[in-house]
Amino acid sequence: MKKETTLNAGLMLLLLAIPVAAWFMDEPFLVTLTTRAVVFAIAGVGLNFALGFGGLVSFGHAVFFGLGGYAMGILAHHAQTYTPLMEWPFVIDGSNSMLVIWPVAIVISALAALAIGALSLRTTGVYFIMITLAFGQMFFYFMISWSAYGGEDGLSIYVRNGFPGLNTMDPFQFFVICYVLLALVLFAVHRAAHSSFGLMLRAARQNEDRVQAVGQIPYRLYLIAFMVSGAITGLAGALFADLNRFVSPTMLSWHTSGEIMIFVILGGVGRVFGPVAGAALFILLEHSLGGLSEYWHVYLGAILLGVVLFARGGLFGLLAGLEVAHD
Amino acid sequence: MSWVLLIEQTLNGLQFGVMLFLMAAGLTLIFGVMGLINLVHGSLYMIGAFAAAVVAAASGSFLLALAASLAAAAVAGILVEVTVIRKLYDRDHLDQVLATFALILIFSEGTRWVFGSFPLFLDPPDYLSGTVFLPFGIEYSRYRLSLIVIGLAVAAGLFWMIAKTRIGIRIRAGENDREMIGALGVDITLLYTLVFALGAALAGFAGALIGAIQSVQVGMGEPVLILAFVVVVIGGIGSIKGALIGAILVGLTDTLGSFLLPKLFSLILAPSAATSVGSSLASMSIYVLMAGVLLVRPKGLFGGA
Amino acid sequence: MIDPILDVRGLTKSFGGLVASKNISLDLRPGEIHALIGPNGAGKSTLIKQIAGGLRPDEGSVFFDGQDVSPLSTASRARLGMGRTFQISSVAMEYTVLQNTVLGALGHRGNTFRFFNRVMKDTELLATAENALEQVGLQEFRTFRTSDLSHGQRRQLEVAVALTLEPKAFLMDEPMAGLGAEGSHRLIGFLDALRQKAPILLIEHDMDAVFTLADRISVLVYGEIIASGSVDEIRANPDVRSAYLGEESVE
Repeated sequence: MKKETTLNAGLMLLLLAIPVAAWFMDEPFLVTLTTRAVVFAIAGVGLNFALGFGGLVSFGHAVFFGLGGYAMGILAHHAQTYTPLMEWPFVIDGSNSMLVIWPVAIVISALAALAIGALSLRTTGVYFIMITLAFGQMFFYFMISWSAYGGEDGLSIYVRNGFPGLNTMDPFQFFVICYVLLALVLFAVHRAAHSSFGLMLRAARQNEDRVQAVGQIPYRLYLIAFMVSGAITGLAGALFADLNRFVSPTMLSWHTSGEIMIFVILGGVGRVFGPVAGAALFILLEHSLGGLSEYWHVYLGAILLGVVLFARGGLFGLLAGLEVAHD
Repeated sequence: MSWVLLIEQTLNGLQFGVMLFLMAAGLTLIFGVMGLINLVHGSLYMIGAFAAAVVAAASGSFLLALAASLAAAAVAGILVEVTVIRKLYDRDHLDQVLATFALILIFSEGTRWVFGSFPLFLDPPDYLSGTVFLPFGIEYSRYRLSLIVIGLAVAAGLFWMIAKTRIGIRIRAGENDREMIGALGVDITLLYTLVFALGAALAGFAGALIGAIQSVQVGMGEPVLILAFVVVVIGGIGSIKGALIGAILVGLTDTLGSFLLPKLFSLILAPSAATSVGSSLASMSIYVLMAGVLLVRPKGLFGGA
Repeated sequence: MIDPILDVRGLTKSFGGLVASKNISLDLRPGEIHALIGPNGAGKSTLIKQIAGGLRPDEGSVFFDGQDVSPLSTASRARLGMGRTFQISSVAMEYTVLQNTVLGALGHRGNTFRFFNRVMKDTELLATAENALEQVGLQEFRTFRTSDLSHGQRRQLEVAVALTLEPKAFLMDEPMAGLGAEGSHRLIGFLDALRQKAPILLIEHDMDAVFTLADRISVLVYGEIIASGSVDEIRANPDVRSAYLGEESVE
């Protein structure tokens, strides 16, 4: 088996094994920790679709993470206070069912990505990075001033959202939900990467002239990729808010955007499973270094710097070597 | 609504703008000459402010504190350039963003480690405190007025330097064609370090000046950094003129927006709704401005290359 | 008079004070190889960009297959049948030779917005791609990463990708550049046969190739066509000799 495939499988097995072991050892904290890694992984897989495959350096992806979180927060808030979201022109009630919340989070994030992408993709290079950052800030400040939903203090959700037939308050069952979603997302992204769209998108990243010379339009490819990317990150946001039963504007901050980028780069940009490794590594560092010092971000910064300067391909680059062309 | 208040707010906007210009000028030069997207600028701003606070507390002299801010930021800038930034010039934008983001983490948490999370004190000197009387019976903070003057003086100095001195010529040439000036025998390495140090010094200077009216604490540089980026994008990468105009535009938009928008909305909405809608729109207004400029001019107002 | 496939009329383009293209007119007829030669700096890249798309002329128009393509984008013109190869190889470096060729076939077939198919197992695309690779002689290298290829092999790949587009005309920008003697020889033979499939506008510096292959030659100097005609006419033309061929006697 190719090195990369072995690594992928190993990673997924590890992420499953730890909570199972923790469940037997009755250490729910470890289960929650792994869930956190899984949710971050989904966010990273989302960003990687635009960044790794499309070459779009979006420094505002926290927007989608936060929008997904607030979609969940707002719906659940109205559900728990028994007030409707809207009464005119028609009644919209809140909800705390995951099966309602996830599609809402996905659709809202995709629409936001459409709007932001349509405007931002008219620029290139540094301007693109800046305009995505600026849009991120726009939404960030907007949420801070939206006092109806907690503003700067955020919104607490008392009960975890419901999934038919499961007790979602149980850490292990919630973990399984997130893990299955990660697996589904990875499967979809893997197929997309090897599809017609994927071939053309990844070509555009390498050489836009080439794509135009074969009769295709890079802007359209990028826009679709951006929407898919936003939707996936939005789903992660909804799960994250659910995990913590709390959503706040911090989810939209540019620091969060930077962190999502860290997941991607630590694992290896452009590798389908890269963000999974990156998120897992990040959680490991957060847990181990964070235990050592309150100022562990200094070490994180040093490690990130080291990776960027000396180990550009991330974990996958180190362990699986140069990316072999698929198929 | 009093005219006095409006003029005061306009002056505040102008003051905010020229201080932003100090940050943006350095950023745009670094972008323009080295093609580097640089997030460390916010940390250099912070370092300048901290250096000023420490020296002011130790010596009691504001002038010494300002000198310290320039020196500390320049030294930090040179250090960072030689050890890290140099390796990034040939890398793609993603690497530059991530590497400089990593530096932010190191600087911010490092500063918090050394100084703690509580703000330091830095006050304007006695000879600049208090108020002055302006025409139309307006009383305005002497310190803020001097910031406007200082900012405009620095702008003039920069324009002169770029237009009239040899280093200015090299900077302009470097912006146009990096490979060419290397071939012409200009020491690129030294030029880049100098440009970076200049930008750093400007940032540190701004940090110290603003630190006297706001608080000197960890993370103070980040909101300013983002705004400086917005200014650079609006003004156009590599253009000092664009940075000045962009900065003043942004400063005025932000200050006047926060002042006027709630009032505007109170004409149609209830007071509490007006305030919240108004202030949220005000904080978003700068980004709306930027998005608007980019739609019409995708390379900023004066961005050419 | 057979209608030309490509009809360039009066293209003029200035950059500030510099006139890069001055009232350039030329055409490309079915079954021919029309070579465009000229010294460096004559404005060949500017001209190609105005024909293939990406640069809007100040005046003049480009007609392709009877249609005015002047307002159309590069991608649209490619879809209409312009098969362009680039002077500096413009291929996806991280992809294999086969992936690059399949990319061309995919672009030509259209329907790129499919997200779940296994594109590299698509028999139709693979057949087109393999066919093109065989024609240029790269089929043994199909699994090689493009960045591992030699410069000359990348030029061959460019031509292969252009083939998959089944173009109505080829715009080839210095395809010989960087090829050794054997490679040039092979490519000359290949292009000779290719003109039957679709005519070629051939921008070239390699005079052997030009004099062997061209049905017509146009000479571009300082943005203007100073001469246009058969190989013999151009060889004998004194303006061309002085402006371009210099002291060399080319027999």
